[in-house]
Amino acid sequence: MNSGRRVAVAATAILAFAILAHFANSFTILLLTRALAFAILAMSVDLLLGFTGLASLGQAAYLGIGAYLTAILATRFGFGLGWDFWLVIVLAILAGAALAALFGLLALRTSGVYFLMVTLALGQCVWGLAYRWDWLTGGDNGINMPGRPKFGISFASDHVYFYLVLGFFALSLLLLYVLVRSPFGKSLEGIREREARMRILGYNAWLHKYIAFVIAGGLGGLAGVLWVHANGEVSPDDLVLTTSVDALLMVVLGGAGTLVGAVFGAGIVFFVRDYLSTLVPWWQYVLGGVYVLTILYLPGGLTGIPQRLRRVGLSSSKAQKREGAADAPLGKQVSPSIRREL
Amino acid sequence: MPRLEPESERRGRAVLELRALSKSFGGLLAVSRVALQIFPGDRKAIIGPNGAGKTTLFNLVTGLLRASSGEVLLFGRDVTRWPPEKRTALGMARTFQVTSLFPGLSVFDNALLAVQGKRPMKYVMWRPLLSYGEVCGKARFLLARAGFEDRREVLVRNLSHGEQRQLEIVLALAGDPRLLLLDEPTAGLSSGESQEMAEFLRGLDRELAVLLIEHDMDIVFDVADHISVLHFGEILEAGPCDEIRKSERVRAIYFGNA
Repeated sequence: MNSGRRVAVAATAILAFAILAHFANSFTILLLTRALAFAILAMSVDLLLGFTGLASLGQAAYLGIGAYLTAILATRFGFGLGWDFWLVIVLAILAGAALAALFGLLALRTSGVYFLMVTLALGQCVWGLAYRWDWLTGGDNGINMPGRPKFGISFASDHVYFYLVLGFFALSLLLLYVLVRSPFGKSLEGIREREARMRILGYNAWLHKYIAFVIAGGLGGLAGVLWVHANGEVSPDDLVLTTSVDALLMVVLGGAGTLVGAVFGAGIVFFVRDYLSTLVPWWQYVLGGVYVLTILYLPGGLTGIPQRLRRVGLSSSKAQKREGAADAPLGKQVSPSIRREL
Repeated sequence: MPRLEPESERRGRAVLELRALSKSFGGLLAVSRVALQIFPGDRKAIIGPNGAGKTTLFNLVTGLLRASSGEVLLFGRDVTRWPPEKRTALGMARTFQVTSLFPGLSVFDNALLAVQGKRPMKYVMWRPLLSYGEVCGKARFLLARAGFEDRREVLVRNLSHGEQRQLEIVLALAGDPRLLLLDEPTAGLSSGESQEMAEFLRGLDRELAVLLIEHDMDIVFDVADHISVLHFGEILEAGPCDEIRKSERVRAIYFGNA
């Protein structure tokens, strides 16, 4: 699919979604709003995991700083409930980016599993602050929002607020789409594929990763603002490790390196957790089953399904030939290093 | 110890100069006091048995490893403490013994990444990469020259091993280097493919300085005109091909147990 058609399909899907949402009941609309806000966080994880090859387990920290900043400004100073909402958006993005700029200095000294552990630890630090810094964060109780912003129109209604979140989601998707097609985005993919080669080709791999990490942090901050207004409250529960793990799993579920995969992943997780859980007590098994089946049978995630179907559609002999051709160089590739071992 | 040929001195400034370069991993001295000079247009080879420290030496020269002691001079500048990307910017390029391409990306994307590596536009985030006509044109030209024009959209992991080895060199040449370091370009190739590779290497720009690590002696004698023999991290002997071919010591340590 070429780029023009991709954008057209995505725009049509978002438009159709916007129209359908008009008829949704209040429970569904809140579920969709929460899923979309969280999808922005998941897309930021996809930028790191799917494009740069960095598995971050601390992304909840950026959502948290955005959410707490919004809540504290609103409750203490009554700031951000009118036109100054836009200023809060900017501040939250900057705060998320600044926190990522700080954490990145520590986390990007490592890679692989160590990167996972360091980001996890940093994320837990932020959770610890939210939990313990009582006078600022309200500790375990969290902060209740005084209400949603109102400028020109009031966003108190869940339906109206949904469109605001949808707008921010669409904008984030568009910006990330432009980013991943840019020279910078392609460089990130090169780093994911083979960092040492990138350095030899003249890239400052660390700087590229750092910039991507900061951008992801900024997006996390944005997701935080939308998240706290959707829920009407923020508490340390929003910052627990599960939040970061969820974001990571949503990306894997939807398909890493696709951007739109994140929103499918978020949709499924929120559907199962918020809706199915009201119907059946064994909803967690459904979620677990979906994860296991995806990882076993759909390494490309849900967005990889069409491509997989096309492959199955090829005549079996042709498919076998292709498989054989693809395997051969791998076998050969191994042999020289084995020979050297001997 | 390496000697300076008078003709090299006449060719002016060394492209690459190593002064007593050493690297130890814990107690293991992998590279020990290696000295080497390469001038524009040189075709030098480093040979040595497995574990002699050849690839470690390359990693020191390119900056993927930090030297324990000694100096690396690139185009007359001391780069011993520089990261690889800064050394590349001076005009150095290398290939890897174990193919180091971007397997999940297309052939064209691999070439694009190599072409934009030394350009500031690699940081641009708001404009599609494919809208840079000059960069795309250069990538297409490089691929066409190496015979890849009809396989531009193939994922690199689906290329044959021989094709991947070729692409290694295409990527290295994309930055218009003045010094090319080749780490076993014929590793894992059939003898026919090796011959093709040798021909390709002979056809490289005569101004380009080439330093080659190679196991295949036919290729070495075919491409290089000067050989240094590395053994347990030390340069045991260095000289023109014929001299090395006749050397008893080299025969004993290298040809003897090869």
